[in-house]
Amino acid sequence: MTPLLEVRGLKKHFPLYKGVFSRVSGRVYAVDGVSFHIDRGETLGLVGESGCGKSTVGRTLLKLLEPTEGKILVRGEDITDLDAAQMLPYRRQLQMIYQDPYASLNPRMSAGEIVGEPLTIHRIAAPKERRERVAHLFERVGLRQELMDSYPHEFSGGQRQRIGIARALSLGPELIVSDEPVSALDVSIQAQIINLLMDLQDELSLSYMFVAHDLAVVEHISNRVAVMYLGRIVEMTGKTSLFETPLHPYTEALLSAVPIPKYGARDRKRVILTGDVPSPINPPAGCHFHTRCPYVFARCRREAPALREVLPGHWVSCHLHDDGVTLPLAKRPEV
Amino acid sequence: MLNRLRLVEQPGAGPGLVPNETVLEIANLKTHFFTAGGVVRAVDGVSYAVRSGETLGVVGESGCGKSVTALSVLRLVADPPGRIVEGAIRLAGTNLLDLTESEMEAIRGNDISMIFQEPMTSLNPLMTVGRQIGEAIALHQGVSRREALDQAVEMLRRVHIPEPERRAHAYPHQLSGGMRQRVMIAMALSCAPKVLIADEPTTALDVTIQAQILDLMRELQERLSTAIILITHDLGVVAENADRVVVMYAGRKVEEASAKALFESPGHPYTLGLLGSIPNLEIAAHATSRRARLTEIKGMVPSLADLPKGCAFAPRCGFATDECRVDYPPLVQRRPGHWVSCWHADRLLDGAA
Repeated sequence: MTPLLEVRGLKKHFPLYKGVFSRVSGRVYAVDGVSFHIDRGETLGLVGESGCGKSTVGRTLLKLLEPTEGKILVRGEDITDLDAAQMLPYRRQLQMIYQDPYASLNPRMSAGEIVGEPLTIHRIAAPKERRERVAHLFERVGLRQELMDSYPHEFSGGQRQRIGIARALSLGPELIVSDEPVSALDVSIQAQIINLLMDLQDELSLSYMFVAHDLAVVEHISNRVAVMYLGRIVEMTGKTSLFETPLHPYTEALLSAVPIPKYGARDRKRVILTGDVPSPINPPAGCHFHTRCPYVFARCRREAPALREVLPGHWVSCHLHDDGVTLPLAKRPEV
Repeated sequence: MLNRLRLVEQPGAGPGLVPNETVLEIANLKTHFFTAGGVVRAVDGVSYAVRSGETLGVVGESGCGKSVTALSVLRLVADPPGRIVEGAIRLAGTNLLDLTESEMEAIRGNDISMIFQEPMTSLNPLMTVGRQIGEAIALHQGVSRREALDQAVEMLRRVHIPEPERRAHAYPHQLSGGMRQRVMIAMALSCAPKVLIADEPTTALDVTIQAQILDLMRELQERLSTAIILITHDLGVVAENADRVVVMYAGRKVEEASAKALFESPGHPYTLGLLGSIPNLEIAAHATSRRARLTEIKGMVPSLADLPKGCAFAPRCGFATDECRVDYPPLVQRRPGHWVSCWHADRLLDGAA
């Protein structure tokens, strides 16, 4: 079956300019060859640390940023080279929820206008019917209809994120890319939004691409998880196998670094990485992770490992598994 | 009097503190803000104490007063609009609220240090990090600038900054976020303080860097027997680092317990709700077909200028009864060392929940 969305070898490089004549002096390799697919009704989580390119992937696949290289296919149709007008029908199917509910809503528009704007742009429904639809959307995301005439500053962070979700839902999309939708919210409000996103998915059989840095949140909402490091996917698999048998040393370190809200978790064995993430302007040769990897060997410094399916549905890009799967990487942390 | 407070003259000169002795005590602290919109009771009768060598976690959501409490300890609350209207803050028996501003300056950075969330905004961008660390040392210990710089390099080495001699001459923008937080820690610990207040020290950092920083804080605490007040919204960080925990809600302490008791049998419905609302990595990974819903705490945090009558949590609480909506529940010790401010604490603690 053709997946809802497929991305092949996606690259997004940002040029760096220098001097009065704005010569290109270098490039930021934000996304450097990423491939994945998302099925109908599925949630793919994309996790990684700041600067790994996860947000750029989300924006590029919606063509909010033009890809440097690679292909984006929606139900098998190539949308990579479409212009803005040709993209319009696809925009109805692909929507986005942003991280910052304070910055992503126009302060001069009422909440009702914000949620109804996509209907106007796409010329859907008569103005009167539009208001009804917006009222229905408000109800669906747990906002009182009376709030339609209020302005963004009158809402709390959690409520604003609900407005953002209602706006994304207004065109009846099939895929929603959520970029850190809960990280600006308080813990008790995070749970409300995560539950809402899951309920909407069940009800409307939506597909999600869930981009976040918080591994626990990503694991909670996703079916499959892709881990990114410096512009590349290093591991991609079902969430249970990612947790049970991480095959990439970076995933292993990430899992053991996430603090667990349970007494006694402090005594587990940990892999603590040394050093910082290198700059995406000048990524290390070979495997991007080799400068911090506890299992590094000669080949890692020379050759970049390809993302390969080493077990059914379990993709990893690491030379440790060149001659079949090598386990354990180390003793896994006991919780 | 101040000399009596000063403990260790040289950084790392040895454990200068007696372990398990109460070093800092906050008693019935009330810090209010007098604004055009009314009086905001940001901290409204909070008490807690921290012992040497101990890490006390202070958790709560934004606006619960956890940071204002910390700023009050250092008397850094902007006045106006803020003012400490009641209470005492005792450092080894001395009430800091009775000190003059210049006496207080001798305490800040020397006996009590603080690390903030965003190191970039708390470091001076125009000074090399070595000079910034040296400044505190020179000020509090009266050594020459040359000597202070040498000690600063030594501190950078202690916080595991590679090539400390070279990095001492770097400006903050030349360092990564993790490095800057290490510099903040080096600065905070340069005078071997008795109390270190860490306000969301790792919130701006990536998890792999967070793990490094928390490890470092623990290592330095063991060496110096520092009492640490760890303020955070992240219950995972608390579970893995705190010995005891204080939970705050709407300007008050609603629960205090050992980390073990708090995570294994919380006594306040708010704590219970918080624990249920965070996704657990382990459980999430094993949820199969139907994903588990998280426990929601319904509604929103109330405005501090307009708190409900009775218990501030009552409007969001599943246990609330008429009693809760009338009278604020007193803080009662329900188990040894386990204090809860809730009319229904026994129902939770006895497992009726």
